[in-house]
Amino acid sequence: MRIVATDCGSTTTKAILIEEKDGVFRQTFRGEAPTTVEEPFADVTLGVANSVTELQELSGYKLIADDGTIIRRKNASDPDGCDLYISTSSAGGGLQMMVAGVVREMTAESAKRAALGAGAIVMDTIASNDRRKPHEQIQRIRELRPDMVLVSGGTDGGDTKKVIEIAELIAPARPRPRFGGEYKLPLIFAGNKEARETIERVFSGEGFALSVVDNLRPTLERENLGPARERIHDVFLEHVMAHAPGYDKLMTWANAPIMPTPGAVGDILQTIAKGRGINVVGVDIGGATTDMFSVFGGVFNRTVSANLGMSYSISNVCAEAGMDSVLRWVHLDMDERELRNRVKNKMIRPTTIPQTLEALVFEQAVSREALRLAYIQHKSFATTLKGVQQQRTVGDAFSQKEAGGSLVDNMSLDLMVASGGVLSHAPRMEQTALMMIDAFEPEGFTEIAKDSIFMMPHLGVLASVNPRAAMEVFEKDCLVVLGWCVAPRGEVRAGRPAFDFTLRRANEVVAQGQLIGGEMRLVRFGHGEVGTLEVRPERGLDMGSGPGKPVTREVRGGAVGIVLDGRGRPLKLPTSAVERRACVEQWLKALEVYE
Amino acid sequence: MAKAYTPGLKVTARTTYRVRRLLPVPGDVRVKVGDSVSAETVVAETFLEGDVFPIKVAGMLSVNPAELMPLMLKRAGDTVQVGDALARSKGIFGMMKTEAKSTATGTLESVSESTGMVIIRGAKTPVQVRAYVAGKIIEVIANEGVVVETDALFVQGIFGVGGETWGPLMIAGKSHAEDLLEEHINASMKGAIVVGGARMTAGGIRRAREVGVAALICGGIDDADLRDVLGYDLGVAVTGSEKIGITLLVTEGFGDIAMAKRTFQLLLAHAGKMASVNGATQIRAGVMRPEIAVPLGQASSGEIFTGGATAGILNIGTPVRIIRDPHFGLLGSVSALPEQPAVLGSGSKARVLEVALESGQRVIVPRANVELVGD
Repeated sequence: MRIVATDCGSTTTKAILIEEKDGVFRQTFRGEAPTTVEEPFADVTLGVANSVTELQELSGYKLIADDGTIIRRKNASDPDGCDLYISTSSAGGGLQMMVAGVVREMTAESAKRAALGAGAIVMDTIASNDRRKPHEQIQRIRELRPDMVLVSGGTDGGDTKKVIEIAELIAPARPRPRFGGEYKLPLIFAGNKEARETIERVFSGEGFALSVVDNLRPTLERENLGPARERIHDVFLEHVMAHAPGYDKLMTWANAPIMPTPGAVGDILQTIAKGRGINVVGVDIGGATTDMFSVFGGVFNRTVSANLGMSYSISNVCAEAGMDSVLRWVHLDMDERELRNRVKNKMIRPTTIPQTLEALVFEQAVSREALRLAYIQHKSFATTLKGVQQQRTVGDAFSQKEAGGSLVDNMSLDLMVASGGVLSHAPRMEQTALMMIDAFEPEGFTEIAKDSIFMMPHLGVLASVNPRAAMEVFEKDCLVVLGWCVAPRGEVRAGRPAFDFTLRRANEVVAQGQLIGGEMRLVRFGHGEVGTLEVRPERGLDMGSGPGKPVTREVRGGAVGIVLDGRGRPLKLPTSAVERRACVEQWLKALEVYE
Repeated sequence: MAKAYTPGLKVTARTTYRVRRLLPVPGDVRVKVGDSVSAETVVAETFLEGDVFPIKVAGMLSVNPAELMPLMLKRAGDTVQVGDALARSKGIFGMMKTEAKSTATGTLESVSESTGMVIIRGAKTPVQVRAYVAGKIIEVIANEGVVVETDALFVQGIFGVGGETWGPLMIAGKSHAEDLLEEHINASMKGAIVVGGARMTAGGIRRAREVGVAALICGGIDDADLRDVLGYDLGVAVTGSEKIGITLLVTEGFGDIAMAKRTFQLLLAHAGKMASVNGATQIRAGVMRPEIAVPLGQASSGEIFTGGATAGILNIGTPVRIIRDPHFGLLGSVSALPEQPAVLGSGSKARVLEVALESGQRVIVPRANVELVGD
């Protein structure tokens, strides 16, 4: 079996070759070429063919025919071609949507979750209670140029008036589609089924292509995002992709529907979380945006932080976080005025790369803040359903959990997956690990991995046609395990013991010692090594079994090893500049970050 | 000391410059092919649909939406003014009738029996598109706009704020490496496109705004000064719609950077001529850079430029400038293009090139950190 998969990004089209050898699927070659959606080429298949030609040159298999199409094998003994071709796409700015619902925290939020989960960028969320006056909402709708609109509102059988009011705001605003004026703007209605007839009448005028699916919030207690997400994918293919240059041709080449890139990443992370029964957080930090994914207790969430990125948006990260927050991670002398100008120069010349160590240290400091802010946004969005009445027992009366609480719990987080330039291309794996730890502050025992060559989108689509191949390649070639972070929740006292640890490999003690509050330590534990790590936290510190209680877990080795983090959670850096710098230097040295 | 630096953008003494001038929605084109236009000529105009004002009339009368229709005093298509009665309740035994009055002026567009909401559509807004640059109309796109062509001195900048403007070109400084100070600006520069040398200082910008300068063009600007002008810290480089009363354009970048000598000399040679400037910058897919066009007359240069980013291939001898520290802003030419990636000071592995600097020194830099110099 031979599979070719491509991901058509805004600037680069990436191709990978997956082959089944001795009954096991492995990713064998990769190629890339500039994306050719924009003028003068205006045909995405040219970039696809160029990237697959690179695979051809590297692998020795003939994969591209003389007419520029991908060759298919007639049988397994055929030396040329592939058996399966699949693709994802985020070219041309990806899928951009406007969503609407009645109550911002309820149906509108569910609609936003459906759109984000399908891989869209949500341009705005309109709701009856979004604190804007109706004419301001209409003005906003008129300004937006979405690819499609998703309208929800009301539970099935409930009040119809409010959702019709929302529809009556959208219809006269006549939002125009982003591409071209000729085609009708796709609008999906996923609200109260009792309102369907009226909704159809409201949007019956020219300009809208209405489709109706099951209510995404049939009751307050239940979300039903599947039908809306599927319809978004269909509309993406029928309307949006069909109007992008060359996609009509690409769709005929592919064996599975072309998916929006982030939607595919979400799918593979869900597959992994389900397959291994774990909680996962994934991040993809790009030049303009940061995508966050999480699966906690089987519930998937995705957020896009639109202006948190490392090149186009680097200035926005510094503005939002504040330069002081960025510079707290820096251990070298830097002139703030010069840094501010450098940030702006990176913004206007986004393709430059750090040549000096000083420039790298600064960019990695910015990335910590971008990731931290994106994670805060994600945690506040990935919540249990709001507006749900909960039945409580006497025991619950003492619990702090309530409706609308975040699903993201760093103590129950099992795996963090890093991807995106600044994380994937960091010169040392230790840098990637520490950026992730500083930004996300994992608690207890957390495995850290990175996507080797940003293969997750390809595997997300592959999972829909060949789940075994997707899983095997994900485990063997996609993920590079960096190691583990082991950290207590709670406030540590500087200079006082935080926790004791003992790492054993087959009953032999590999490492043993005590972490002091504020200290970090690295225990090298390489690929393929398996051991047990026992930790005994001090009173008041929790490492997974409750405050002061010991924990023993199996750990696997990785490129970095086991990071013992005695800094406590939430992470607090000293306020004094001298002390802060001394701390940061100790952490960097302990983890051999820049050595 | 200020450093000269030029990105790989178009800077050319003469090119055939074409610009599309399009309406946001279909309308009327006011000129025809062959017409000569000035920057100010209106080439197309239309009307944008009026604003929409929803009014919850059923709620104002405390009636069920389904009962609203017979109570309406105005019908779809009627013109209404602020304060006009839209509907009146029946009252009790014909007494205590309540009126729902319009809060907007326009045309009644619809009445909803489901929600009791009345939609008033405001008056249409006229929109005019001007030629922006003096030249000839070479194409009319029916109901949409035109293409204007002229031979022009053309300079792409690296970054700008503020939209389109035009005026006579005036030179404020003596050299490409001199900062633009407050004292360089005088009252005669009102409405002009003013060219400075290196960095536009806070004082220079303030004085230019006071005088009413149309656009200021310099090599660089300090991040802090841009923040003061805008009133906020710019997060992403998508600009052009700022209402700051002036267009600012930098040809090189942020910080103490001199304007490229050639760019300064080209602009200096055309002082006094009418110039058109657009500060709009968009650094995303479909990149847009700010620009200066100085029409030179109709003699054709043979080369046609229609905007967008420019790029070229790096070869031995290609003139380049380094665009990132530690050699930020230095000029030179490519002296070697090693095939294999090299390890940088940062520890990263990247494809590099060797640049022979003007000083004679040779330095290794990542290929991503240079830009082409020249046309």
